[in-house]
Amino acid sequence: MTGAVPPKGTGALARREARLAWGLLFPTIAIVAGVVILPLLAIFWISFKPIGLADLRPPAPVVREALRGDPGDYTVRYRIRNSSQDKPITDVVLTDTLPAEIRVMGSMPEMCETGGPGLRCAIGTLDPGQRLEIELPVELTGDDEDAAEEAVEGSEPLITGTSENILTNTTFTMDNFARVFDGGEFWRVLGVTLFYTLFGTIGAIILGLFAAMLLNKEFRGQGILRGLFLFPYVAPIIAVAFTWVILFDPFSGSVNALMVQMGVLSEAVNFFGQRPFALIMVTVFAMWSYFPLCFLFILARMQSIDTDMYEAADMDGASPFQKFWYLSIPQLLGILSVLFLLRFIWTFNKFDDIFLLTGGNAGTRTLTVNVYEQAFAVSNIGAGAAVAVVIFICLLLFSFFFFRFISREEGL
Amino acid sequence: MRRLWHGQITGPLLGIFWTLIIATSVSVLMSFGTGDAFRPGLIGSVIVGSLVGWLSVTWRNGWGLSALAAGLGVALALAGIGPVQLGASVSTMAGGVAYIMLGLGAGIPVVYFMANAPKDSLTRHEFEDSVIRFLTGFGYIFFVAIVLIPFYVMVMTSLKNQAELMANPLDFTIDLDQGTALFRSYIELFRDFNFGNYLWTSFFVSVLTVIITLLFSIPGAYAVARLRFQGQTAFSRSILLIYMVPLIVLALPIYIAFSQVGLRNTIFGIILIYPVTTIPVALYMLQGYFRGLPAEVEEAGLMDGLSRLAVIWKITLPLSLPALASVSLYVFMIAWNEFLLAFMLLDDPSKFTLTRGIASLNSSEIPRQHLMAGSVIATVPIMALFLGLERFMTGGLTAGSVKG
Repeated sequence: MTGAVPPKGTGALARREARLAWGLLFPTIAIVAGVVILPLLAIFWISFKPIGLADLRPPAPVVREALRGDPGDYTVRYRIRNSSQDKPITDVVLTDTLPAEIRVMGSMPEMCETGGPGLRCAIGTLDPGQRLEIELPVELTGDDEDAAEEAVEGSEPLITGTSENILTNTTFTMDNFARVFDGGEFWRVLGVTLFYTLFGTIGAIILGLFAAMLLNKEFRGQGILRGLFLFPYVAPIIAVAFTWVILFDPFSGSVNALMVQMGVLSEAVNFFGQRPFALIMVTVFAMWSYFPLCFLFILARMQSIDTDMYEAADMDGASPFQKFWYLSIPQLLGILSVLFLLRFIWTFNKFDDIFLLTGGNAGTRTLTVNVYEQAFAVSNIGAGAAVAVVIFICLLLFSFFFFRFISREEGL
Repeated sequence: MRRLWHGQITGPLLGIFWTLIIATSVSVLMSFGTGDAFRPGLIGSVIVGSLVGWLSVTWRNGWGLSALAAGLGVALALAGIGPVQLGASVSTMAGGVAYIMLGLGAGIPVVYFMANAPKDSLTRHEFEDSVIRFLTGFGYIFFVAIVLIPFYVMVMTSLKNQAELMANPLDFTIDLDQGTALFRSYIELFRDFNFGNYLWTSFFVSVLTVIITLLFSIPGAYAVARLRFQGQTAFSRSILLIYMVPLIVLALPIYIAFSQVGLRNTIFGIILIYPVTTIPVALYMLQGYFRGLPAEVEEAGLMDGLSRLAVIWKITLPLSLPALASVSLYVFMIAWNEFLLAFMLLDDPSKFTLTRGIASLNSSEIPRQHLMAGSVIATVPIMALFLGLERFMTGGLTAGSVKG
């Protein structure tokens, strides 16, 4: 008799389970691939292309049709033009249906031919900005001129042509990256981004730690305060950002009025429009709107710390600050470092806040705002994509650190 | 440092700092409340604070010290060096209220700070205890102020008119006699600016986003949490990685693609894109919860002849209703507050979401109280939802850890 042998490889059950797992995951993978992976690939592609905002509408031939002339001498006129001022369109073909109210007579332009009611004109190449007219001499089959005109203009002519699509052709350029890294601009933007990210993150965590310590005990009204402290995070960013702008307005903002009245400032300061205040203010805004998240995490961790330890420390005569420094902080170090990495990455990625507060002016242009500036304000999509690629590379770098830490912290 | 550990030094020091904080708070509160000029006075605060702090270790009577602080404050104010300096236009009554608040704010808390401290030398314990009580008091004032002031200003600005706003930016008093005219900004927004429509669009888009997100993320999360397959770790990591990709990086190619295929300016396009930004978070949150559920219940179901899908439907989902509520709320919040994609993809005012509608109010031709009224309209529903379901919300926010 042979002993029982454990099965080798994957058995039928395991295979079925894996199949089911992939089946359940498939919808998510498909949609995420479509909307995240594809755009990411696209952004790499675009970053090497000389493409502006205007190129998004590819050049196309445009046609307008009219019946003109006097009785006995009618013509159907097609006015054709190239919508683009700098790109040719090739293989332009015009097709139209001639209504029964008119009949072609006399000689046709040689590029055109009729077959039954159909008309087909092979125009060939339209140069950039070229305009062209094709006239067909016709006679009316009936007497009613208006009806004929209506019929002619009622049948929409169809025009097709092929033009080079800048998005899909094989012209590549390094100009975008050259532009992005040009001069001191890039390093200034990077410096602003790092200042904003680093201080915004640290500030939010310190505020969150302070708030968590306040609420880490049972008392009446604790729930209300906890809800209240989360307001800045839950409210729509656009609403609070505009409130801040109005609050700190140099002419009619309450904060300026208050500070002048209290004698802190001698005259009103344009907090969001003046260096270096603007950068400091957007950083303070980041601390303000993201301390609730840190607070929540730290509080959750604090409440799970064993109280025995504090009792033991009390017995040994540790003072309150000693307990905080030697017991709480080491216990919280894990969540603090995870929070730091997460918030760092997310503040780095943040776009809306600065865009709404200052629009990236007054020395507050971060990398993400720069994507928007390049792509839409300067209308250079390619340069915007190049900045986005730079951001993505930074992100890969951060997430490398993130996974080294988080796998230690959360066992992921 | 050790020299400070004495009741009659610690007391006055904390008293001075605290009175300064209270004087500043009272000034800000009274300025915002009445629109008149109030400002903290340094000399007066130091005198009142040091006296209250010095007495607090011998005469531990909060009410008595409050009365003393208020009385001394008024006396100093008459001498021109009050802890709260009153402008010329301040009425006697407002001044009185300010000093009552100052007295109560200074007296009772300082006695509480020093409650465990003897009047002579302090141990390290007693000293730190007092300092911590002081810091706690400061923390409450500080956080409540920074959270409430912006929201207070938002609501009050929306109820005023342009002339009032320019005349005195500090005056947030509202004239209740004007009746419904008080809400004219809101009425105009709903009547002339189509905000009723935006509200509905936002609601519709957010609810659909929640539904689609759940449809995709529940099976995905279950697979990651429960089923064994190759690439499980890699998959859950890439999910994390994906929601660290900044939206602006994706927004650019999405804008291009939508422009080319004509999805820009359509609600359909928005509904297509929003769930993708929330599915990874939802999946991450749900798989964490599913892992915490006892596998034995599900195995019992399997033993009784249910298929995996039936187990999910009949056992796992009913057990995870609280988590589903958290995730739904959180996703709803993200979709409701989303601004960037709506801003880039929607140009047609008839299709705006609420956030996009508010952005369109940000022009010099539209009075700012309209902007604030719009902000209030966007903030109130999400706040109401959040306060009503706070229990789920906090759970959701903590589990959603990684999303910013």
